[in-house]
Parts: sequence; structure tokens; C-alpha cells
Amino acid sequence: MLEIKNLHASVDDKEILKGINLKVNAGEVHAIMGPNGSGKSTLAEVIAGQEEFEVGEGSILLEGEDLEELSPEERAHKGVFLSFQYPVEIPGVSVTNFMKTAINESRKAQGLEDMPANEMLKKIREKSEMLEIDRKFLSRSLNEGFSGGEKKRNEIFQMAMMEPKLAILDETDSGLDIDALRIVSNGVNKLRSKDNAIIVITHYQRLLEYIVPDFVHVLYNGKIVKSGTKELALELEEKGYDWLKEEAAV
Amino acid sequence: MDLKEKLVSSFMAFEDGLDLDHPVHEERSSAIKNFETKGFPTKKDEAWKYTSLRGLEKIDFSIFPKHETTLEYKDVKKYFLHEIDTYKIVFVDGVYSSYLSETTHDGVDVCLMSSAFSKPMFKQVIEVYFNKAASKDESLTSLNTAFSKEGAYIYIPKNKMPKKPIQILHLATGKEPALMLQPRNLIVAEDNAEVQIIERHQSLTGNEVFTNSVTEIFAGKDAIVDYYKVQNDEPTASLVDNTYISQKDSSVVRVHTFSLGGKLIRNNLNFYQNGERIDSTLKGITILGDKQHVDHHTLVHHAQPNCESHQDYKGIFGDSSTGVFNGKIIVDKIAQKTDAFQQNNNILLSDKSTINSKPQLEIFADDVKCSHGCTIGQLDDEALFYLRSRGIPKKEAKALLMYAFANNVLESVRIPELKLRINKIIADKLGVRMGFDL
Repeated sequence: MLEIKNLHASVDDKEILKGINLKVNAGEVHAIMGPNGSGKSTLAEVIAGQEEFEVGEGSILLEGEDLEELSPEERAHKGVFLSFQYPVEIPGVSVTNFMKTAINESRKAQGLEDMPANEMLKKIREKSEMLEIDRKFLSRSLNEGFSGGEKKRNEIFQMAMMEPKLAILDETDSGLDIDALRIVSNGVNKLRSKDNAIIVITHYQRLLEYIVPDFVHVLYNGKIVKSGTKELALELEEKGYDWLKEEAAV
Repeated sequence: MDLKEKLVSSFMAFEDGLDLDHPVHEERSSAIKNFETKGFPTKKDEAWKYTSLRGLEKIDFSIFPKHETTLEYKDVKKYFLHEIDTYKIVFVDGVYSSYLSETTHDGVDVCLMSSAFSKPMFKQVIEVYFNKAASKDESLTSLNTAFSKEGAYIYIPKNKMPKKPIQILHLATGKEPALMLQPRNLIVAEDNAEVQIIERHQSLTGNEVFTNSVTEIFAGKDAIVDYYKVQNDEPTASLVDNTYISQKDSSVVRVHTFSLGGKLIRNNLNFYQNGERIDSTLKGITILGDKQHVDHHTLVHHAQPNCESHQDYKGIFGDSSTGVFNGKIIVDKIAQKTDAFQQNNNILLSDKSTINSKPQLEIFADDVKCSHGCTIGQLDDEALFYLRSRGIPKKEAKALLMYAFANNVLESVRIPELKLRINKIIADKLGVRMGFDL
């Protein structure tokens, strides 16, 4: 599904990613953990096509296709989805209208007609029920006045609507209370399939109790310094990151 | 002959067709004298520092249209808010078009200034209100007063409300190579009356048009007036809009100005609060491109205690367009407990576009709440990335952000069809077709 080879990325001449290698197969869930400032969000945004970053050496392949020349919207059309750590507020545009626009733009890019209105409504109803989202919520302006938890739940709702091949969840657990965490995780788990892949970026083991990863990677100082299975997350919870920092320094 | 000379010298010819004994005529005579003394404002005048009329003064404008033109409704339908039933006061090249209009005297008067000036039944209203709010000092207002003859006359008696909104539409046909228009409107909403008005100036060709308009609005106690100015004219049409609003106790007047097209637009919007517990709202959306220029000069004069004013102007400037926002708030010494809010936010889309934004607060009372804020920036890249990451192409994503930026000004529009129409004009301007009505 996704293959990242020796990826370097910088902003304002400051190198943040210093040679990332990562391979994610269809059907897998990978967790990326690491201390603050290690480059986790940068990696997520670079995959999604944030132009603010200068991508130097290396490549990102989605189903064998190099994404380098593709704009963020083109990557979305190919099935890349990023659940934002800080979703943006768009006054005056309802969640429903926003989703209609996003889905129909993607369909347009694939040479498809707009999704029929009844089909769209059915899908919206289905996915919002899955995430226990109140109907009234859907007619509110996108993210405007939403609580942190509502924003995150809305991100996963968008993921459910867009049905991406590769979803990257950037600290989706932050701002969620335990009930919301359960609902959101259940939603994500329902979206897991053998045809898609999910990358979960998180600080905490807590989320990984709900969304159980196949692999865990530790990102430190722009590099993946350790990879393992879900037990690695538990070890990190217990021991912190310092031992890895020391290991990396050697 | 420059435009000033031409105007002054044609005043005598203008007088020919008028009743010189009418009390209004004295106003006209002293107004032309004031204009003759002051002339057109220049960049040396502080209030006109960023807006030059020099270019317009050089054009050989016809001051009175030579031809009377009839238009087919179907050809100009799109300039009306035709989705709903409205009263209409329509002028073609400054001349009233009864064919395109729908006036009324059924409980309220929605008709013409020319009738109001000439018919005895309106004499008292004219005496009480005409030229009582408009400046006698400002030269362009004087120029309009001197030539005041035609325009919209709207009188809503106590406790009344017209059955439907009123549209005032000024069409310019381009029969003249260059035409100057000076409409004069008088709107009176007596105590507890309510009215909604939409005003639009529209040129139908690429010929030069210069409109110097004056509108006086009087709101009685508890009256509610909603006034919408749709400024989406051709790139050869210029407009100086002088609006003077006088409010009494507990009245509400809201003016929305949508400046979306034209060559040069200058809005002088003046509110005088002559009572307590008054609410004045001034909102504007400006979206410009090319070399268009829009100058908003607002004044809110808080002259009595316990009043509020809310100003919110949003501007988006592309290409080499230029904008000005100058918001003056005066709070008199007796106007305690005034709550005056002013906000002006701007987005510059290109390196060549400019905005000059200036709050001007003159506060003489000590127990007031006055806040003002001004921002000038660019579209938020993070937000743009967010939308694009959902598959929305860059152009559409930018349009959505601009729409979101301007949206809270539209929220207070109380005619839903008008709101939709403005949305469509904005979407057109931004060059996008959304899958839903913006």
C-alpha cells in the first residue's frame, strides 16, 4: 500500500525528517509514537502533500505510484486521508455540504458523476450513526465552535465518508474523553479492512488498547529508531523514551 | 470645460423646469453655491486622501440624458431580485420608468421624489425631512442637493410595514457615451414602522457612468429599517454614495453594503443617533479584482446615552485593486453607556493590491465601551491545506475560505433570496461552482 524510502523533508532549511523508511501493507495498522518534536506530524503532513515542507531525497509510493508531483487534492483523490491534529474551522459551510463537496470533487477527478442525493443522504446517515453523531451536528458550520472531542469525531466521520485507502490519524486521541475515545476507536475499527491501511500517530498507549496496531514504530529526531509489535508500545509506556534516545545517540 | 464648470453653468438650465417658489428650491440654490465654492474634493482633503476623482472630472459627462429609453423587462430581469415579489422603483438613465416599476400608495407611499416635490399631499413630509440629515457642507452632497429632482420616495407611516420589500434600481443604458446621474432618495419610517429596501445601480454597457447619489433615511421611535446596497456594476461605472441616517429612540437601522464590482466606489455612510437605546449596524463585504477601487467612509455619531453600534466590514482584494476603510466613531460627552464596536478584516490576494484601514475614534464620554480591530492578511495556508487534503481543488478551496471569511456579514441579511443572490454573485466572482449554494 504505502512505501516510504529514505524520506528527507525540511522546512526553512531545517531538516525535520532525516531518512524515514516505512512499509505499510494493505490490511495493516501501524502506530507511530515518539517524543514531541520528533517529526510525527511532519511525516503525516508530508504524506498528505503539505507544500510547506521541502521534500529532498527519498520517495513516497502509494500502491507503487510516486506521490511526489501530486497536489494534496490529487493525493486525496488517490485515497490518502489525514485526520488533522488541529482541524480548521470553516464558518458558513455545514458539515454536510462540506462532505458533499469533498466526495463529489473526488468523484469528478475519477470521471464519475456526482453521487445521487439520496445515496449521499443514506451514507451520511449511516456513517453519522456509526460514530454516534447527532443529526443537528451535521448542519452546523464545519468545526466552528466544536469542542476538541467533537472536532476529532468529525474527522473520523469524514474518514468514514471518504473511505480512504490510506488513513493517517494524527493524535486523534488528544482531546477525547474515555467515552468519545471508545466511539471513535470503534468507528476506526469498523473501517479497517483488508484493502486499506491505517497509520495511527499517538503519544499514548491508551488509544492502542482500542485500535490495536500490527506494528509500532518509534520516531525520534526525524528517524525511525525502533520498530516492533504492539508490545513495544507497552514497553514505551512503562519506560518512557529516554532509553531509546540513548540508544539512538550511540 | 471641466466637469465642475459644466455642472455649475447648467444649473440655470436645470432651474428652468422647476417651481422656483418651492421651499426646496432655496436649498438647491444654496447647495450649488457651496459646490461652486468647494468644487470636487481632491486628495488634499483628508477624507479623500486615497480616492481621486480627477479621472472622472476629465470625462465629458452628459448631465441630463438626451434620450428617453424604454427597456424590455426580460432584458434587465436579472438585475432585479425577481425571485420574490417586491415593490420596484426603477429609473432608466435617471428617468422614472413606470413600465418597469411597481409603486404603491396603499397605506404606505412607495413612489417618486418628483411627485413628492410637486404634489401638495407630500409637502409636509418634504418640509420636515428633506435635506435635514444630509450634510450642507460636503461638496458632493451639495452637488446632489442642487440637482435634486428625482429618486425614490418612501414614506412608511406610524406602525405600518409595506407588504413586501422595496427595490430601487437605477439602470444606465449607454445611449450617452458618458452619463452622470444624481438620484436623490428620501426614506422615512415613522414610529414603530418597518421597511426593507434593496438599492442597486447597474450600467448595461461599457460606457462611462458616474453616479453621485444621496439617500436620507429617517427612523422614528422603535422603527426598523434594513437597507441593502448591491454594488456590482460594470468596470466603467463609478459611484459616490452619500447616505445619511437619522435615528430616534430604540430604532434599529442596518445597512449592508456589498461592493463586488465597479470602477470607483465611494461610500459615505453616516449614522446620527438622536435618541436613546438605538441600534445601528453597518456591515460590508468587498471583493475586488482588476484595478477596481472601493472606499468605505463610515461615521457613527453617538449623541445620546445607552446606544449601540456594530460595524463589520470584510474585504478581499485581488489583482491591483485598492480598498479604503475609514471608520469614524464620535461619542458625545452625554452619550454615556455607549457600546460601539468596529471591525475591519482584509485579505490581500496579490502583491499589488492594497488596503488602507483606519479607525478614527473621538470619545468624549467616560463610561463607554468602544472596541475596534483591523486585520490585513492572506489566506490561511493551514486551512487551505485542510480543504485540499479532503480532495477539494485549490481554487475551490480558496473560494470556500473566502466565503467563510465573509460569511458572518451575510448572516444578518434578512431576505433569504437576497442572501442567496449575493452568494451566487460571490461564487461567480471567485470563479467557482460549488455543489451547494454558497
